[in-house]
Amino acid sequence: MKDIYEVRMHGRAGQGAKSGSQLLAEAAFKEGKYIQSFPEYGSERRGAPTVSYTKIADKVLKSHEPIVNPDAVLVLDFGIMRSIMVAAGLSETGVLIVNTRVCSEEIKKLAQFSGTLYGVDATGISMDLLGMDTPNVPMLGAFAKLTNIVKMESLEEVIRAHFLPKIGEDKVQKNIGMLRRGYEEVFK
Amino acid sequence: MGVRKAITGAQASAEAMRQINPDVVAAYPITPQTPIVEEFAKYVADGVVDTEMVAVESEHSAMSAVVGAETAGARAMSATSSQGLALMWEVVAATPGLRLPIVMSLVNRTISAPINIHCDHSDVMGLTTLGWIQIFSENAQEVYENTLLAIRVAEDNRVQLPAMVNQDGFITSHAVEPVEIFDDASVQRFVGARSLDRALLDVKQVRSVGPLVLPDYLFEFKRAQEEAMSKVFEVYREVGAELGAITGRQYPFFETYQTEDAEAVIVVLNSAAGTTKAAIDIMRAHGKKVGLLKPILFRPFPYAEVREALKNVPVIGVLDRSMAFGACAPLYAELRNALWALDKRPAMQSYIYGLGGRDIMTTEIEGVFEELLSGKLDSEHQRYIGLRG
Repeated sequence: MKDIYEVRMHGRAGQGAKSGSQLLAEAAFKEGKYIQSFPEYGSERRGAPTVSYTKIADKVLKSHEPIVNPDAVLVLDFGIMRSIMVAAGLSETGVLIVNTRVCSEEIKKLAQFSGTLYGVDATGISMDLLGMDTPNVPMLGAFAKLTNIVKMESLEEVIRAHFLPKIGEDKVQKNIGMLRRGYEEVFK
Repeated sequence: MGVRKAITGAQASAEAMRQINPDVVAAYPITPQTPIVEEFAKYVADGVVDTEMVAVESEHSAMSAVVGAETAGARAMSATSSQGLALMWEVVAATPGLRLPIVMSLVNRTISAPINIHCDHSDVMGLTTLGWIQIFSENAQEVYENTLLAIRVAEDNRVQLPAMVNQDGFITSHAVEPVEIFDDASVQRFVGARSLDRALLDVKQVRSVGPLVLPDYLFEFKRAQEEAMSKVFEVYREVGAELGAITGRQYPFFETYQTEDAEAVIVVLNSAAGTTKAAIDIMRAHGKKVGLLKPILFRPFPYAEVREALKNVPVIGVLDRSMAFGACAPLYAELRNALWALDKRPAMQSYIYGLGGRDIMTTEIEGVFEELLSGKLDSEHQRYIGLRG
């Protein structure tokens, strides 16, 4: 791992890019890492493109700048790739994970990325288990599997701590199920 | 040792307020200050604090309610940003003259127009002449500790002046970072209770507050206010030492980073100071002797100490996140004032950056250092970092 591991999440407002970035940061924090997590704020309205950042390091993070050379990029809505260069600054060896059912030629072309593109049907998993489209949690499962930057147990603990007071045990279980399915079902 | 939590700058501010447990909080929500009020309102609703929270219809009323409460003898706090501060300006301006030690969080956001919710320092820099103590914070940890410090400095009997604790809107207020929160009992022993010896509701010592003062005495009131402001330095040192006994940290008027042998130093407030440190680490690894001076206590301004710290630095760049339109930018002006008395003055360059939330990148700071080291400066004109051509 380089000095600072940087993750950029692209989504649409309401899909949970901000929460996803924060859950990831808190999971790393639980493992004793230094972290920063912040979204880019525009004129927020549901459906507008959003971007959110997570930095993970073994030492204090001094800079407060946004991420321009991410190690991993998570795309919560593939349609966003029509208007935004999600892979900007991502090296060929970096990790790109897209919420999609198939890694078709069309998706690969949209991503404009010369490295390996990974897919996970985060929306499908979320609809299946929760009955609503919150792709951030399955995406984190896929990320954990591909990078080993955070442990699944840490993500599960953070999901529980965050969601239990808000949505109760049943939906916490469903979210953990979504996380695990994201982990299992990520594909090339 | 405290407990480390992953929280935002806004939450760090609310955490400090929770431990202070003020008698009264009156605030009106405004982006990006809102999460402070939200978080604190939760503490009130959950009975974690026994503060009386006054829901008001505007910032003008928020500050008026806080003034009323403080005059009565209560410890009262508020928080705002940008237009909210602008709307409460009339009452904010009266507060130092009333000698009320109100502590308010200011989450720095640009002043309209054009309307924009993002960070710069045009809100605070518009009122640094009013007589509030001004403290700046690089990150969420500093927000938390500076808020605790501010209460004690403001309320000290030698001072009795209001204080604002600044943090960068969104960049600090909405970013999650690790923050060490110290234990409630120690912090509460430190903050104590507000002395009631000037309370209006002390019926044994009847007094009037906010009287009409004509030309025969107003001048003397203002001279006394300046005297109180000059006492902030010694009180800040004493209170800082007390807080340091809990936190293990020091509370200087400003922080220096790699300045001892520096051939060029950047002076910058708040979160960009962290980004500057990251740039310095990179440049030092390449043998470039560069450093940072980050003002923390901005009002009163520690001229003599800043002069002493920078007396051997040949080149200084001052980065301002607001403009003074037609005059030297506010931080640059203070540095020029501080260094004017030196026999051998440094070369100086004024830079404007980050207005309305424009990002400031490590690479841009490195560029500034390279320019400072190159000697290609123009002290007559300010330069702009990251301005679109």
